[in-house]
Amino acid sequence: MNGSAANSPSASAILTLPRRLAAFRTEGFPLIPISILLTVMLVAIFANTLAPHNPEVGVLGDRFRPPAWQANGTLDHLLGTDHLGRDVLSRLIFGARISVIVGLTVILVAGFVGTALGIISGYLGRWVDQIIMRLTDAWLALPGVTFAIFLAAIVGPGVSNIIVILAAVYWTRYARIIRGEVLSVRERDFVRLAVVAGCSKWTIMRRHILPNVVNSAIVLATLQLGQAIIAEATLSFLGVGVPPPQPAWGLMLADGKKGLMAGYWWLTVLPGSCIMLMVLSANLLGDWLRVKFDPQLRQL
Amino acid sequence: MKKFIVKRLGLALVSLFLLSLTIFLLMRITGDPAVLLAEPGASAADLDAIRAQFGLDRPLWVQYMSFITHLVRGDFGQSFYYRTDVFELYLSRLPASLLLASAAMTFSLLIGIPTGIIAAVRVNQWWDSVGKIFALLGLSMPSFWVGLIMILFFSVYLGWLPSSGSGTVLHLVMPAIALGWVFAATHMRLTRSSMLDVLGSEYVKLARLKGLPEALVIAKHALKNALIPVLTLAGINLVIMVNVSIVVETVFAWPGVGRLLFEGIAFRDFPVVQATVLLGGVMIVVVNLVVDILYAVIDPRIRYEG
Repeated sequence: MNGSAANSPSASAILTLPRRLAAFRTEGFPLIPISILLTVMLVAIFANTLAPHNPEVGVLGDRFRPPAWQANGTLDHLLGTDHLGRDVLSRLIFGARISVIVGLTVILVAGFVGTALGIISGYLGRWVDQIIMRLTDAWLALPGVTFAIFLAAIVGPGVSNIIVILAAVYWTRYARIIRGEVLSVRERDFVRLAVVAGCSKWTIMRRHILPNVVNSAIVLATLQLGQAIIAEATLSFLGVGVPPPQPAWGLMLADGKKGLMAGYWWLTVLPGSCIMLMVLSANLLGDWLRVKFDPQLRQL
Repeated sequence: MKKFIVKRLGLALVSLFLLSLTIFLLMRITGDPAVLLAEPGASAADLDAIRAQFGLDRPLWVQYMSFITHLVRGDFGQSFYYRTDVFELYLSRLPASLLLASAAMTFSLLIGIPTGIIAAVRVNQWWDSVGKIFALLGLSMPSFWVGLIMILFFSVYLGWLPSSGSGTVLHLVMPAIALGWVFAATHMRLTRSSMLDVLGSEYVKLARLKGLPEALVIAKHALKNALIPVLTLAGINLVIMVNVSIVVETVFAWPGVGRLLFEGIAFRDFPVVQATVLLGGVMIVVVNLVVDILYAVIDPRIRYEG
């Protein structure tokens, strides 16, 4: 029995690995979304080299210049300029940096906190579970964006503040779902054996429970990346997010509103398209991961 | 049944308690609440007066008790900007938000339910893919951006619709679409999965075996049951819409509670911000409670689970 138990997992892993790789290619592997996300990340990293102008300084004489292909546009400002004469392309490029930093950090922090609390809540049970879950319920009662706006109004604008605020809003989803998964994992034989073998609660949670719920956490995080980016844009748009003159896409949309009635479309269409493209890519990737790794999560 | 209602009521009260405690503590952890509650540019003497008025020098739990007793009486303080009772101000703005939310809900159901049905009936075919793309797009566009794009197109270029304000049906069209867009996507997804469940059930198979025309099977047997979860979600979403409409109301200068919240932030009118967020939370806890109880009344199995 010993031999077969030890052999079968590795044997099946060898058998399924090429099959899994093949499935990656055939079953709608989201090549385009991943390429878009990678491009945005590269743009964010190399913003300093890529941007043709300083994103925060403009020439007032060059205000509201349209993109290069329209009449009155210049090649110097490929995508035009805003109400302060700042280069839109450069602001979009640096805006990617803020979206990537905020989006990734928020899902990392929220995912870490939420997963940890979900595991603790699900494994320890009893009053610990009650306290954590009631708190989760209370926080879930407020729509994420409204809660974030409230927090932002108290704390004040700033990139690091937004990260803390959005993480504080988004951990609840992980806690709720991971807890549900832990409830079933803790009843499995290997966990019971670990208890009998005298493992501490900490070791069991870290070594035996965590690896079994980490897939769900990753899927959730990917799906939440888009939400976090939209939330950051919303806060910035409302003036409680990234403070001016920093080039955040949401802030650019707020500025773009000033030229909207005059028909300066590029100030509204371009930053919004960037948000949409990035969020859409994250959602497509998340959907694919969800079906791929965690069919039980399909309900979400 | 009674036991179930009491239990759910208890849980809702715990949620409300934790919600108020969270907001209360956050205000005190993140800084001096007197500064938040004072008008911008208040002098040190003003701050002392506010500390005395709100009893901010007392122990925390005493402060919390008085905070709660004020809230229960509907006393959310005075707005700095409007110089009126915050609760009255909220109530005066609520009808506009409810109107907008109802219009947005109508739009989202008109789009979401038919596309969801088509996607389910023609599952994994061309229509289904179109529906999926539509839903993903809906979830990937910030509602305020949808609003801005519509203003650009329908107000600036075509001149068909007013870009902001309220009063006529025409004023309502763009905000309702901008707000309803995301919800149309979620309603479509739920209609699709709910229809798929029902279409696979025994009684639909039986209806087909009886030789009923497919259209009748779908319209009469499947749809009726598939719509129950969708309409439940719509009920909850209506309340959520009122509370997330801040961006859309800001874009279109719609005079609802969302706009009130935005003005509260812009003018540093903190009592308004606090009241709007708290009342929003209360509304959502209450609607969830009502839905839970209604479900338990309809479906006795739920009573024994929870």
